[in-house]
Amino acid sequence: MTGPKETPKAGSEETHGAAASQGPVPPVTPAAPATPAGAADEASGQDAGNLPARLGQERLDEPVIRTGMFGVQATGDTSGYGRLRVHQVPPVNSPRPYGSYFDAVADALGDALEATGLRFSDAIERVVADRGELTFHVRRERLPEVAAEFRDDPALSFELCSGVSGVHYLQDAGRELHAVYHLLSITHNRRVRLEVTAPDADPHIPSLVGVYPTCNWHERETWDFFGIIFDGHPALTRIEMPDDWKGHPQRKDYPLGGIPVEYRGAKIPAPDERRHYS
Amino acid sequence: MTEAQTPAAPAGPDDEAAEGRVYTVSGEDWDELVAAANEAKDFESGERLVINMGPQHPSTHGVLRLILTLEGETVAEVRASIGYLHTGIEKNMEYRTWTQGVAFCTRMDYLMPFFNEAAYCFAVERLLGIEDKIPERAQVIRVLMMELNRISSHLGGIGPMGMELGATTIFLQGLRMRERVLDLYELITGLRMNHAYIRPGGVVQDLPPGALEAIRAFLDVAPGFMHELRALIDANPIFIGRTKGVAYLDLAGCMALGVTGPMLRSAGLPWDLRKSQPYSGYETYDFEVPVTGTCDAYGRYIIRMDEIDQSLRIIRQCIDRLAARGPAGSGTDPVMINDAKIGWPARLSLGPDGLGPSPEHIAHIMGQSMEALIHHFKLITEGFRVPAGQAYAAVESARGELGAHVVSDGGTRPYRVHFRDPSFTNLQSIAALCEGGQVADIIPAIASIDPVMGGVDR
Repeated sequence: MTGPKETPKAGSEETHGAAASQGPVPPVTPAAPATPAGAADEASGQDAGNLPARLGQERLDEPVIRTGMFGVQATGDTSGYGRLRVHQVPPVNSPRPYGSYFDAVADALGDALEATGLRFSDAIERVVADRGELTFHVRRERLPEVAAEFRDDPALSFELCSGVSGVHYLQDAGRELHAVYHLLSITHNRRVRLEVTAPDADPHIPSLVGVYPTCNWHERETWDFFGIIFDGHPALTRIEMPDDWKGHPQRKDYPLGGIPVEYRGAKIPAPDERRHYS
Repeated sequence: MTEAQTPAAPAGPDDEAAEGRVYTVSGEDWDELVAAANEAKDFESGERLVINMGPQHPSTHGVLRLILTLEGETVAEVRASIGYLHTGIEKNMEYRTWTQGVAFCTRMDYLMPFFNEAAYCFAVERLLGIEDKIPERAQVIRVLMMELNRISSHLGGIGPMGMELGATTIFLQGLRMRERVLDLYELITGLRMNHAYIRPGGVVQDLPPGALEAIRAFLDVAPGFMHELRALIDANPIFIGRTKGVAYLDLAGCMALGVTGPMLRSAGLPWDLRKSQPYSGYETYDFEVPVTGTCDAYGRYIIRMDEIDQSLRIIRQCIDRLAARGPAGSGTDPVMINDAKIGWPARLSLGPDGLGPSPEHIAHIMGQSMEALIHHFKLITEGFRVPAGQAYAAVESARGELGAHVVSDGGTRPYRVHFRDPSFTNLQSIAALCEGGQVADIIPAIASIDPVMGGVDR
């Protein structure tokens, strides 16, 4: 009951094959997610990508992040799931049109950046419209300029920043650390997400405190938990953990910790050592 | 600048802050401290006093520590120190299934558990792409629980606010009414807090028999409670003196600091996610968004009281809708998504040995349907898988925008969950609210932010 791209909804296999170049495709719902299957069909229908022999080939070519099930490394699994290959989400770039208000936001951002002498692609690596949410992957050296445009341009007017959320992708070599900002425009009632990456070896991202002062504590928290150094932050100190704490606890290479607990004669291992099924 | 230090513990000879004079205070000796400072002419020489407030302090609304720099009675600087209640909930959720995550996040902001659960579940449901498949009955119950929670949370803010200002009666009256709401929680979910009631796909179980009557009985007495409370507080000269014009933060300040909720609405902006970005069918309910333009602690109090009235109005509509849908547990009106690969399979019922899976469900999986047994086993041991990607879902909680940023790598556990907690963000404004004011104004300022440290530190 488990496929490489297991989705909880049966019968979405064709959608998966045709839209594999789009990366993760949510189960298509009538609520019209941002990557409509129709648009994807047109995009991949131009070449021979829809031949039966090629269907799903892109999916197999994607980097593998995990094999097997039940945490079994070698033998021991006779279920046939032992050779299951689970593929990593490739970097995706949604094609135009993104749908909803997303195109208007992208156009306004392009115009605003051009006015400052920047090309869109200079500042934005790629744009992802997925599950009704729009994500701009911003080059990290351009983050403050882009954020300032988002705040100040009348067509954008994203007045409120919901803070920073760090994510640590251990397998994403060279871009392990992600900082994710959610912006809200009260004027236009819109939301966008900005995503910036930094390698583990050079965990620096420009601070947004100058643009959105609310990021002050949020950046301290992300530094505390992920070790991302926000250049230009007025006082980047730990905020949740004690000042003399070693390490950054929410990184994926930092163990959860815990001790086995004995209950009625049985030993229950610590949560991160229990058998799991991911 | 730091000329005097007053640490909570007696300073040793090699204390690192031994620069300047050190006064040791242990409580109820403020007069001695002032006398000593006067004797040393600390105030006249323009020197500043650094005072530690908290983390164990009855008026800081929780384990919040403030470091105050005072010039006489005037607050020159306020710095907040948080983290005393950090429990690693976000990290822990990465080691549990998607459904188990609810049991963790409900404990974050312990005064508004249903909002925590709802924000997380909305994000998971968006990742699963099942937002529009949640049963209508579950949506109504979610709205009902969230609005009950708004009432109990606001009362848990206003009551202690009264106590911190020296009025125990307000505290007791507020908690008396809050107790009635907690009784409803206990009746519906079995617990007074930490419910884990809202789950991805719906809610864990339907309302028990008699719940609608109990809520109606509460709706009958609630306006009386509210009237009593307002009669105590609204025009109370001491309360007005302590809160009017105090803790001022205007709209520009709110925007810059990311402040939302009653604080933002006290600056005159009617921004409410229930109206602007409705979820759970809020667009079909009839209610108003209370606003004041006073930007002060009194305005925030008034907004909270008005929001309780609006919540009562919404609850009344929920009750009418649920009553129109027929009795609970009829089987034709589910409260969990009709998707065997996501919906929690077991229906709870009360047996002779306590609450457990219902006998009908056991008979179904053990005697009738092999497929149902497999689904039950897989969902309860492994949990369901969520397609890779990320989602951000926000709800208008009692304190402002509560957002959940949820990342999945396609597995049975969250890859990362981050909560944008309104208490955390709003508490940042403490310096802007207090600096330049009087020491005594710090107390109503904190109370008007209404931070819950469980949510701040997570």
